[in-house]
Order: sequence, then C-alpha cells, then structure tokens
Amino acid sequence: MQTYNLAQNGLRGLNSALQAQSADTNQTEWEIVDPKGSHAIAVGLDAPIEVTVKGSTGYYCAGMNKQATIHVEGSVGPGVAENMMSGTVIVDGDASQYAGATGHGGLLVIKGNASSRCGISMKGIDIVVHGNIGHMSAFMAQAGNLVVCGDAGDALGDSLYEARLFVRGSVKSLGADCVEKEMRPEHIEILKDLLDRAGADAKPEEFKRYGSARKLYNFDVDNAADY
Amino acid sequence: MCGIVGLFLKDKALEPRLGEMLTEMLITMTDRGPDSAGIAIYGSGEDGKAKLTVQSDAAEADFATLADDLGAAIGAPVTLRRNDTHAVLVLDADKVAAARDALTDLRPGLRVMSDGEVIEIYKETGLPKDVAERFHLAEMGGTHGIGHTRMATESAVTTEGAHPFSTGADQCLVHNGSLSNHNSLRRKLKREGVRIESENDTEVGAAYLTWKMREGATLGEALESSLEDLDGFFTFVVGTKDGFGVVRDPIACKPAVMAETDQYVAFGSEYRALVNLPGIEDARVWEPEPATVYFWSH
Repeated sequence: MQTYNLAQNGLRGLNSALQAQSADTNQTEWEIVDPKGSHAIAVGLDAPIEVTVKGSTGYYCAGMNKQATIHVEGSVGPGVAENMMSGTVIVDGDASQYAGATGHGGLLVIKGNASSRCGISMKGIDIVVHGNIGHMSAFMAQAGNLVVCGDAGDALGDSLYEARLFVRGSVKSLGADCVEKEMRPEHIEILKDLLDRAGADAKPEEFKRYGSARKLYNFDVDNAADY
Repeated sequence: MCGIVGLFLKDKALEPRLGEMLTEMLITMTDRGPDSAGIAIYGSGEDGKAKLTVQSDAAEADFATLADDLGAAIGAPVTLRRNDTHAVLVLDADKVAAARDALTDLRPGLRVMSDGEVIEIYKETGLPKDVAERFHLAEMGGTHGIGHTRMATESAVTTEGAHPFSTGADQCLVHNGSLSNHNSLRRKLKREGVRIESENDTEVGAAYLTWKMREGATLGEALESSLEDLDGFFTFVVGTKDGFGVVRDPIACKPAVMAETDQYVAFGSEYRALVNLPGIEDARVWEPEPATVYFWSH
C-alpha cells in the first residue's frame, strides 16, 4: 500500500506518480490522505490500480480514467469521472454537477445524490446513483446507462440520443424528445447487473425506463418556419 | 469566476474568531478571484447609533478633519475610526440620511460602502491576502460575515466594482456569475430614482433588491422576484443584520457548497474554502438547490 499525503506533497507529484504506473505494476494499492477538497485528484490514470481518497475532493476528480478503480470516501465537486474511458469510480458521498459527463465507458457509482447535469453527453459510461439526481441530467446523452434509485429533477434526458435511463422514483419533468419506454426482459437484465455491481439495494422491476422518442433525429419540414 | 465565502455563527464562543476564520476561507478562494476582495462583517453596535463605512482614494486628506466637519454639518457628534482606505463613522441613527447628503458636499470623492447598526464593508483591489492584511480582517470579531474574491468580467477592476455591495441598512450582496440584462435593468432602475454608480452588473442586482424592498417587498420576496427579473448566471449571498441568505439561478452552474454544525452555518463556492473549519468532518455538507431561497438568522 502506497500512502500519499496530498496537503504535504502536492497534486502534481501525486498525479505523475499515479500516471506512471504500468499494467504490470506491483504498486497496485494507493491511499490519498488529506485531500482537503483539492481539484483534479487522480486524473488520467491508465493502469489496473486501486486508489482510495480519504476525504472529499473538488473539481474533476478521477477525470479521463482508464482501467483504475478510484474510491472516494467523501463527496466530490463538479465533473467527477469526466470523460472516463474504463475502470470504476465509487463516491461514498454526494457528487456536484455534471458527474460522469461525456464518459465513454466504465462504471461510476454515487452512493449519495448527484446534482444537476449528471451524465450530460454520456457516450457509453454506466452511472448508478443511489440517491437523487438534479435537473438537466443526461442532456444529449448518446450511449450507456444512467440508473437512478431515487428521484430525477427537471428536464431529464433532454435531446437524448441512445442512452438508456432507468429511474426508480419520480421524474420532475422529461426534457424534449425523452419519453417513457417499455421495460423489456433485456433491460431488466442490464439493470440487474448494474445494480449488483453498484451495490445498490433495489429491484430492477421497481424502475421505469426512459429513452429517446427519436423525433429530433431528422429535420421536419413542418418546423422550417422556426429557423 | 469569483469566489464567495460566508460564515454565520451559532456558537458565541467563536465570535472573536469570525474574522480569522473568514480570512482563511477568503484566501483559499484566491484562485477564483485574484483581482479584488471584500468582506462584510457584522459586529457589535450601540443603541441609537449607526455606522457609516466610507472609502477614499485620498484617505489621508479626506479623513483628517472629517469627523468634525460632518459633525458640524449635521449638528450632532460623529466619531471616526480609520482603517487604511476605509473609515467607520459612528453617529446618531436618525442622522444617517443627513450625513450621507452632507458627505456628498463635504467630500465628493468619498464612497459610502455601507450603513447600518452593525455592518462594516471593506473592499479593495488586489490579492485577497493583501486586502485582508491591509484591513486586519483576521482581527475582527462578529456574529456573521460574507467575503468575496473577484475575477472581473462585466466591468473594470476598481474598488467600486468589488463586492460586497450595500443594498440597504445592514444589508449587502455578493455575487458569483454574470447578469446579462443589467444594462436595460440599470436604465429602468435609474428612472425609478435608484442610485447606481458603476457599470458593474452586480451593483444593478443590489440596486434591484434595494428597489424591490423600497416598494414594500421583504428581502426574501425581493430574492424570489430576482429569479424572474434577473437574466444571467448568479449565485447570490446576501447579508442581513441577523444572518444571511443564499439563492442560485435556476440553471445553477455557479458552484455553491454549504456546511452546518451546531456551531455555525458556512457557505463556500468550493468545499476547499470550508476544510479548516472546526468540526467540518462531521458537518452536514450539501449543495443548495437551484431557484430556492435559503435563510439563516439569529
């Protein structure tokens, strides 16, 4: 186990040490203490290592992650796991706005609540939020799954492409072109797997599925006067 | 950008340390606003007395005989306590309007930062650390306070463009964001006779609240209607004699974190600003909801 004191040794040293790890590194377990809400902790990792952050972080924690498992024992600021490619990011507390934005792959688990714009423009990432999410979540979401065990805020899935949205609680309002869809057996399977991997105590059957009505995909001549 | 910090104390034992805690929070927010910094501090007052905090770019000359000159003009005693480019004038509460009028004639270059029973506002351009040092902010005590670090977007880096802005007796406003309809709103408010001195967007926000309250709204109602009438991005923190309030625009892209313990309620643009507060590890920490007005008061 490698222990790194962020307040004493600085961010640049931390990220370069973590980014230098190769696929066959022996230093597979890292612990970051005294994060004090710092920004950009454990970004750009590309090795199958396990990083634990002992406290809350600021902006962009675990951004651009590949392969690594990053566990934050606290809350995170805006943009956690932004543009994640693969690997796993687990947040024990809450996440601020645009959690998992533009993520291509991997799994982001938020055990508390996520605020606005969760999963905005997601491109293949899976996001499981144990609590609630804020407004404009999954805006222009293209691929992947967003699972919400609590409630969703206003304008869920506005201008949605092909991402799947699963919400157990209420949805304050749906965004443009986002509609409720039938939950088929294959969706139950996807959801069951994600809930298991995220350690969420919820039954897939309790969720509703939302997706794109696909009415914004093509130009509609009846709307010509609007332009 | 811009950074906001706020601290409302529930535990009286912390009151002597208010300035010290706020100063540390303010300096942590330097990255968000290195241009200018300011603080509104709610300390002690005397019955029947009011405080006018004034600022001058020529403090030496302007403040030298100001207490006597102002006292003669309003026919009542005035005391002056200088703090660098600022001075706190203490006078009878019923003489505030007369004193403000008299100051315009006596010292045209003087700016009134705040008036009220307990509020004092200090603000200048420069790094937050330097601003805090020149005013000895860390040595100030009080019940609550609000600080701001500015990264200018809508108007020049000047003292009058720095925050907090006074919105009335014992009231002030700080802002993170930018208002996009401030020019049209400024013209409207000027027609209504509201005094606006700079090209700054936040001053228009402050003037808007002042105007609403002059028309009979409570501060809470004025903040609610700001959600309708102000266009743009904002996280506002307002100070009142008894406490402070927070409101974010419906889009809520400007960050805000709050923390509450038995000892205090704290506000920070980022969690970083709160990390050294006592007992923060066990505090309830949350992000204020968009388009929702929050208030804490004694």
